[in-house]
Amino acid sequence: MLDTGAHSSTRRSSKLVVVAKVEQKGTVSEETLRDFFREMLLIRRFEEKVEERFRAGELPGFLHVAIGQEAVAVGVCRALAADDVIASTHRAHGHTLAKGTPPNEVMAELYGKVEGCSHGYGGSMHLYDVERGNMGANAVVGGGLPAIVGAALAFQMRDEPRVAVAFLGDGATNIGTFHESLNLAQLWRVPAVFCCENNGWAESTPASQQLPIEDLTRRAEAYGMESMQVDGQDVEAVYEGATRALEHAREGKGPVFYVCNTYRLVGHYVGDPQVYRPKDEVKHLRETQDPVTKLRERLDLSDEELDELEREVADVVEGAVEFAKAGTDPKPEDALKNIYA
Amino acid sequence: MPELSYREAVRDALARAMREDDDVFIMGEDIAEMGGSMGVTQGLLDEFGAERVRNTPISEMAIVGAGIGAAMQGMRPVVEVMYQDFTTIAMEQIVNQAAKHRSMSGGQVKVPLTIRTQGGAGWSPGAQHAQQVEAWFVHVPGLKVVFASTPADVRGLLWSAIYDDNPVMFFEHRTLYGIKEEVSEELEPIPLGQARIHREGEDVTVIATGRLVHEAIAAAEEAEAEDVSVEVVDPRTLQPLDERTLVDSVCKTTRCVVAHEAVTRMGFGAEVAAVVQYGAFDYLDAPIERVGARFAPIPFAPVMEEYVVPHSNDVLAAIYRTVGRRRGE
Repeated sequence: MLDTGAHSSTRRSSKLVVVAKVEQKGTVSEETLRDFFREMLLIRRFEEKVEERFRAGELPGFLHVAIGQEAVAVGVCRALAADDVIASTHRAHGHTLAKGTPPNEVMAELYGKVEGCSHGYGGSMHLYDVERGNMGANAVVGGGLPAIVGAALAFQMRDEPRVAVAFLGDGATNIGTFHESLNLAQLWRVPAVFCCENNGWAESTPASQQLPIEDLTRRAEAYGMESMQVDGQDVEAVYEGATRALEHAREGKGPVFYVCNTYRLVGHYVGDPQVYRPKDEVKHLRETQDPVTKLRERLDLSDEELDELEREVADVVEGAVEFAKAGTDPKPEDALKNIYA
Repeated sequence: MPELSYREAVRDALARAMREDDDVFIMGEDIAEMGGSMGVTQGLLDEFGAERVRNTPISEMAIVGAGIGAAMQGMRPVVEVMYQDFTTIAMEQIVNQAAKHRSMSGGQVKVPLTIRTQGGAGWSPGAQHAQQVEAWFVHVPGLKVVFASTPADVRGLLWSAIYDDNPVMFFEHRTLYGIKEEVSEELEPIPLGQARIHREGEDVTVIATGRLVHEAIAAAEEAEAEDVSVEVVDPRTLQPLDERTLVDSVCKTTRCVVAHEAVTRMGFGAEVAAVVQYGAFDYLDAPIERVGARFAPIPFAPVMEEYVVPHSNDVLAAIYRTVGRRRGE
């Protein structure tokens, strides 16, 4: 099912030409890829720490981690220009970190602290960082898509060379806002990219029970929208594809539906027993489809290099936990602030 | 002093805001060439062009949501939802998105979006084009809600809604578009959250919204002939609510009727009654009366429609009940 290269590009004029993988590769420098690796490793260790602290009972609410999907967050966010904006989903930690919000502020939000990126009002599913172009993570599937069309419309009307990017899952392609948003975005040719993290699951429901088609790009085709499809476990492919998609949108050629085929190597939420999934599936995927391992192999990192990065990242994550725990609890009555501007 | 219809007054506020400010634009179904299903936006396409007077597909979620996103990026969109009944389609975007962004972000986000919509009974549009749903939105923290009843009010309030930094649900009534009123040459903004006393009186206060303001004024004039002096107050903004003006009026008159076209049960009038009984408890000489639609979807046949929604005689009957009289006594 994974199509990493020239997906139907010659057959259908509505699709962006994604040149074959071999031709495409090599434009990202080794140094940049190492930087991507560090970021992906940071997100991975950050989320593992979040799972650990949640199980220890320190984090309120409930959490969704995106372990296995780090290459999408990093590949897309690193391709953005500084003043491009994103809207994220309930699985938002990686997108938010990759868009530049400091780990301390994300962790503090998960602890419900004033120092958090949403000052304790949002939590894991509502991470915002307006200054850094994060218009917010949305806990309603597909809920943030129309606003991305509107943000892109504002950029278009003001003649600003900016792009608005929505993250969504394959499950979201079944909800009305998805279809209305793609239709309107294409109709008005707004500079938007809809990045679909196709991990094959809508919570516990597999693609076979929620999607009547296998190739999700056909959904964009229905609206005459350009689409692309890449191996979402390959950060270089994601980055290069995102760069093309963003360029297309930025040049005023219209929005792009960008499918990154990826894997959720964990349950829907932290603590999900995954009764709906064969036990050995995750094990197998972890062995074969871990984007962090794949990039490590591609970069041929030595054990020493990896250890050094692991130590560096562990320091950042531990520091974030300490920062968050030492953070300020909001006053109960602050609940009544920030309702109206 | 020019005379404007309610319809022209809405158009005038939109046009003035768009002339003054490039960030203001309008979008909705059939609002461009056709000028909207009620003709409110006629002529605006010619003056402002298709970039700022945007016809949309029939996609309430995307229209409202695009308004939210544009507003979050600093524009001041005015979105038209053709009928109030269709706001239900966009409910998720209005309630979960527009209303909550500011709070969920801890105050980082502003959503200066105005959602204009209209509806109401009185012309047999049937059950899916006549319901009054303003009370649904008053229940949502983060939204402001306006329901204007006269040309001057609708113009001044719409201006304020457009320039408010919050999402505003702006209700217009279908049967009021043709009514006329003299308005000032200059547009005078009316602050949100300020009630209007239409008519002063001594015996009973009628707190009414939308079409029922006019029904209440007619009832008050009839009551006057029977020596019952009626004050008519229109909150104009339902959220935030000018509680002080409503309570002060009832403290003066000692009796209160609340009246709206929406169904009485769980309606906006129930909240007003609660506010008034708490604020004016020691002054009240009679139970607070509520006037509204019967608990039924609005039927098509004119005789049934007329039976379901309230009219001036219903307001008058309620006024007389508060003073312990029957009509003609």
